[in-house]
Amino acid sequence: MTETVIEVRGLVNRFGSQTVHENLDLDVYRGEIIGIVGGSGTGKSVLLRTIVGLVRPVAGEVRVFGEDLLALSAEKRSKVERRFGVLFQSGALFSSLTVAENVALPLVEHAGLDRMDAQRLAGVKLALAGLPVDAGRKYPSELSGGMVKRAALARALALDPEILFLDEPTAGLDPISAAAFDSLIVTLRNALGLTVFLVTHDLDTLYSTCDRVAVLSRHRVLAAAPIGEVARTDDAWVQAYFNGPRGRAATLAAHRGKD
Amino acid sequence: MAQAPQPGSATLVPDQGGSRLALAGDWTLAHYADLQRRAGELAGRIGNDTAVDIGQLGAMDTAGAFVIAELLGSARTQKLAQDESLPDARRALLKTVGDAVDTYCTGVRKKRDAGFVVLLERIGISVQSTWKQTLKLLAFIGITLQGIAATVWRPRRWRVTSLVSHIEQTGLDAVPILALLSFMVGAVVAFLGSTALASYGASLFTVDLIGFAFLREFGVLLTAILLAGRTASAFTAQIGSMKAREEIDAIRTLGLDPVELLVLPRVLALLVSLPLLTFLAMIAGIAGGGVVCLTVLKMSPSMFLSMFQSDMSLGQFLVGIAKAPVFAFMIGVIGCMEGFKVSGSAQSVGEHTTSAVVQSLFVVILIDALAALFYMEMGW
Repeated sequence: MTETVIEVRGLVNRFGSQTVHENLDLDVYRGEIIGIVGGSGTGKSVLLRTIVGLVRPVAGEVRVFGEDLLALSAEKRSKVERRFGVLFQSGALFSSLTVAENVALPLVEHAGLDRMDAQRLAGVKLALAGLPVDAGRKYPSELSGGMVKRAALARALALDPEILFLDEPTAGLDPISAAAFDSLIVTLRNALGLTVFLVTHDLDTLYSTCDRVAVLSRHRVLAAAPIGEVARTDDAWVQAYFNGPRGRAATLAAHRGKD
Repeated sequence: MAQAPQPGSATLVPDQGGSRLALAGDWTLAHYADLQRRAGELAGRIGNDTAVDIGQLGAMDTAGAFVIAELLGSARTQKLAQDESLPDARRALLKTVGDAVDTYCTGVRKKRDAGFVVLLERIGISVQSTWKQTLKLLAFIGITLQGIAATVWRPRRWRVTSLVSHIEQTGLDAVPILALLSFMVGAVVAFLGSTALASYGASLFTVDLIGFAFLREFGVLLTAILLAGRTASAFTAQIGSMKAREEIDAIRTLGLDPVELLVLPRVLALLVSLPLLTFLAMIAGIAGGGVVCLTVLKMSPSMFLSMFQSDMSLGQFLVGIAKAPVFAFMIGVIGCMEGFKVSGSAQSVGEHTTSAVVQSLFVVILIDALAALFYMEMGW
């Protein structure tokens, strides 16, 4: 029943002599929130960038909605790209536009709305992402880190994408904002039927949001399964990650939350 | 949702005791403009008690939900979201968007009035900002001089590596373009001179024209203009992008002085390279003029040289080169200062880079004009 929206097969990524991915396989199913974890430098962000087509892999195949992005013509590719939204690690808001204009930009360019309509709809997206009304008129440099993340999420959601790529969305947020962001993502997934590809280090986020967790280690996906299963994987890094002091605290918090 | 997608529609169906609003089709971003228009038509005819039927609704995304929420108002959208007969996902979407519409109200747009008052206001603002700009420039010159005075006695605090690297970038790297430029301008001046002087039978004095022009004015002016475009902008962009990425703040919190670290090596590098480049520009310009004299005016090299030697004095050269350090200092200071004024955005880096070039060109030409007046009064 569950349809595969992202299919990565035999992916190889190399920068100079440094191998990042070697024969990496990964499937992402429609409607799930998949968390990608791994130590620093295991290529989580590179994997994300490869899937959205920003990095050209040395070998292997990446299919999004069954289409190989790198083999498509520019026009077709742009059509597929409109079906996903990306939230970059540092927000990547256009600093010369106001926050509302940032969100309105894809609406004007791709959905063909006029500026007034686009601005109004952008306002709703900003409110959806949990930003106050007056934030829309500000420039990105005037926002706090958490607000930048929310504004970037609003821009990623602008075209009502089917897949949402999030690169460390809660990094640098205070725990309260991070928790709010987590529940926001779950709400949006439930409401909009999104598939969420989430790169994160935040154990609380993993426990509270993800349906499945994929562990990147030694150039490939070590395990991709629900978090309880992954945590039991017999691997030194996985054990240290999930059963270290922080991992235990997050597990406890997650259990307490469920009771 | 197996049926073929069709654009969303909204119709008022007469019902017992009133009317019923029937929504059908796809309410998605693709049909946003149509839906918005349709909703606008219906808006006045929907009362608080109009029943809403969304049983036939196809796909719906946030854009569609927004139109519905706007049409019905946030309270009724919330009520709709509690309708048990709808699928969970749809209710969640309606609720989320309903909440969002609730917090979001159309911002009050400031009316922009045009006319005489605005014109006056803008003139006032720009006069004020010019004044502030001048004060800032003077302050920055002060800070730079203070920095030089504080470090010049302590060789251990000289940033020799940085200084040499900047001399290479601002001086050595500019040599080819500057030499070519001056050579060509020299040739052009010689052509002009020979045609203008030919009617008096004095084309021989083209040599003097080239000599005076390049020793006194063109050598230093061409160099300063080139460096104002090439180096002032580079300084602003370098320091500006550091400022935008909080690197300047990092330097401060590490207990270091950004002026000493960033400004002094750049300004001092220009102070070294601009006079040297000026000398080069003079030579190249005179050479360019000389080539024209030899080829077009059929002068012999020895004649060119002897005339040049008898008519030119060391004073002419000194008068020209004396301006070089002043230009160098101003270009360097303006480039660095604009870099420090950058705030946050990439656009700001661009604005200040432009401003740095314009200001340094302006200052260079202003100082040159004042110097010309001064030299004339002094009879130099």
